[in-house]
Amino acid sequence: MSDDVLRLRQPIEVTYTWSAGPGSSGHMQALSEGRLVGKRCPVCEQVYFPPRGGICPRDGVFLGDDVEVGQTGTITTFCIVNVPFLGQEIEIPYVAASIMLDGSDLAVQHLIQGCPADEVHVGMRVTAVWKPAEEWSTTLANITHFAPAGNDEEASDA
Amino acid sequence: MRDVAIVATAQAKSTVNSTLTTPELLVPVITSLFEGLASKGVERTDIDFWCHGSCDYLTGQPFSFVAAVDVLGAWPPIVESHVEADGAFALYEAWIKIQTGQAETAVVFANGKSSSGPVDRILALQHDPYTEAPLWPTMTATAGMQARAALDAGVVTERAMAEVAARSQRSAMSNPNALLRGEHDVDELLAQPYANAPLRTHDCPPVTDGANAIVLATADAAAKWCDRPVWIRGIDHRIDTQRLGARSLTTSASTAIAADKAGAGNGKLDLAELHAPFTHQELMLRSAIGLDESVDINPSGGALCANPQMAAGLARFIEAADRIANGSANRGLAHATSGPCLQQNLVAVLEGAS
Amino acid sequence: MSTTDDDVTIADDGSFTAPLVLAYPYDRTVGPTIGRFLTGLMEKRIEGTVGSDGRVYVPPAEFDPVTGEPCTEWVTAADTGTVETWSWSADDERAWAMIKLDGADVAMMHRVDVASADDMSTGMRVQAQWADERRGAIDDIATFVQASGDGEAGQ
Repeated sequence: MSDDVLRLRQPIEVTYTWSAGPGSSGHMQALSEGRLVGKRCPVCEQVYFPPRGGICPRDGVFLGDDVEVGQTGTITTFCIVNVPFLGQEIEIPYVAASIMLDGSDLAVQHLIQGCPADEVHVGMRVTAVWKPAEEWSTTLANITHFAPAGNDEEASDA
Repeated sequence: MRDVAIVATAQAKSTVNSTLTTPELLVPVITSLFEGLASKGVERTDIDFWCHGSCDYLTGQPFSFVAAVDVLGAWPPIVESHVEADGAFALYEAWIKIQTGQAETAVVFANGKSSSGPVDRILALQHDPYTEAPLWPTMTATAGMQARAALDAGVVTERAMAEVAARSQRSAMSNPNALLRGEHDVDELLAQPYANAPLRTHDCPPVTDGANAIVLATADAAAKWCDRPVWIRGIDHRIDTQRLGARSLTTSASTAIAADKAGAGNGKLDLAELHAPFTHQELMLRSAIGLDESVDINPSGGALCANPQMAAGLARFIEAADRIANGSANRGLAHATSGPCLQQNLVAVLEGAS
Repeated sequence: MSTTDDDVTIADDGSFTAPLVLAYPYDRTVGPTIGRFLTGLMEKRIEGTVGSDGRVYVPPAEFDPVTGEPCTEWVTAADTGTVETWSWSADDERAWAMIKLDGADVAMMHRVDVASADDMSTGMRVQAQWADERRGAIDDIATFVQASGDGEAGQ
C-alpha cells in the first residue's frame, strides 16, 4: 500500500480576545509614551521590569506601585546567535542579552547592536535605542535594540 | 490507605469576559486560601505538593500553566505538577502523591477563562484528530446528540431536563459564586425554542471564568490545620472510549464503576455535587450512581449555573466539602467529568466526623 | 500568534485587550490504518476494520478495543447509512449526527446538510456527499445528505 496517504495536513486556528490584564497594561501604556515602567513588590520590595503580569513570583502577591526605571542598564549575560531558524527577522550573527536596567531588579531580554558582536561583554553598559515615536506601539519592540552607553566604569548601582 | 482530608477551600466569584489574566484570576484565590489557614499558623512553605488543573488551548497561550506558578510564591523552589484537565483530576494526582508517602499536604488549584476564545469550538479539539476534530464538533453539538439518544431511549424527558434546570437555578440563588440563578416555571422553560435541538438554553452551561483551590492533608496535619476535616473516604476515576459510536450514549458505564469503587453505596448520602454541564447528563449520572430522591443534588446549582472549564469539577469537591465542614451534611459525593459526552468520570465520597 | 496595535482596546479597568490568533499548522503522520482509510476516502470508498468481537468499526479501529491487538481484517462499508442520533446546530445551521453506515456496526460522526431541524429524524437514511476535490481527509466526505429513496436500506 505504498501509495497510501501518509500525512494529514490539519491546521488549527482559533481566534481569542487576549487581555494583558490590569497588572501589565500600565507598563504597555508607558511603552507607548516612550517610558519604561515596572512595578515594585510590596513584600520583598524588588522592582520588576517587565512587571511579569503584575505578580511577584517570590511572594505570590500583586505588585504595588509603578516604578519608572532607567533607559540605561548593565548586561548580565548574553549570547551570540549564529543559528538560522524559522521566523528569524534579524540577520545573523546578532547578540541577545539580559540587561538589568538601572532601578530594576529583574533583567530584561533585548538585542545588542551598535558594536561588533565580539566586543559585547558582561558588565557592559548599554542604553535603549527607540524607533521613531510615530512608530511606537505598546510593546518592547518600540526599542529596536540597546547600544553601548560608552561609560562602563560609571555603572550605577541603583 | 492513608486517610486524606480536605482542610481548606477557596473559590473566585464566577464572571464572564474577565479582563484578568490567568495568574491574576488565581492570586485572590490562593491568598484567601492561606488567610483562612493563618489562624492555624499555616504558611505556604508548609505545603509539600502543589497540583494545578487548566487547559492551554482554553487560555490561548501555550505553556500558560508555567506563568501560574508565579502565583504560588514558588521561592524557595516547590514541588509542583500540572494536569491538562479539570482540577478534580489534579486533586486525584495529589491524593495519589499523598498515598505514596511523598507528601503530607497538598494544594490543588484550577482555573478556566472560558470566555477568552470560542470555548465550544476549542473543546472540539478533544476529539480524535484524524476523523472527528477536523469537522469541529462543538461541545454543544455532541451533548445534543447524547441528549437525543437519551430522549429516544426514554432514559430522560425534556420535562425532566427542564426540572433539572429549574431546580439548579433555584439552588444557585443561595450561591454567591454562581453566574446564573433564579426562579423558573418548568412549563415556561419548555415553551422556549431550541438553542441546539434538542437542547434549549437552560439545558446548557453558561460561559464562565473562574478559579478555585483546595488544601489536602493527612490525618496528623489535618488535626492541626482544621477543626472539621472532610475525609475523602473513596475516590476512583474511569474513562469510556473516545469513540462516541462505540459506546452507549444513554448510560455512563465509567461513572457507574467509579461510583462503585469509591464506595458511593456504602452508606446514606446527604448530598451529591455532580459535574453535569448539561441537564440530561445530570439525569444520566444520577442513574449511573444510583442516587435516589433522598439525596440533595447539586445544592450549589452545579455546572449549569457556573461552568468555569477545568475548574467546575474541582468546584464540586469544594461545594460538597464546604457543606460537610459547616455541618449541614455529613456524607456527600463529589463527581467530575472531562471530555465530550461524559467521557471520563471521577467520583469521590466525602465524610465529616469519622 | 499575531496582533496589530490597531486592534488594541482598553477595557474599563485599564486592561489592554486585542484579538489574538493562535494557529498551529499541524502536519500529522497518520499510520497505516488511518492512512488506508483516508486513501479510500480519496477514491470515494469507506473502509473499516473488524474487531475481535466481530463488530465493524468505521472509521477503522487501529487496535482491537477488547484485546488491544492490531486490527488487520478490512471491510468496505456503503456510503449510505442510518442516523442513530443527531443534534441541530443553530450556529452553523447544520445537523450533526452519529451515522451507522450500511455494513458497519459502529456509528461515525459527521455533519448532515439539511435545511432545518424539521428535516432530521432518528432512523433517517443518509448518503455521503463527496467533495469534488479530495485530499485524503475526513472532509473528503463534504457532508451527508438525506438519501434519495429514503427508507431503502442499501446493504
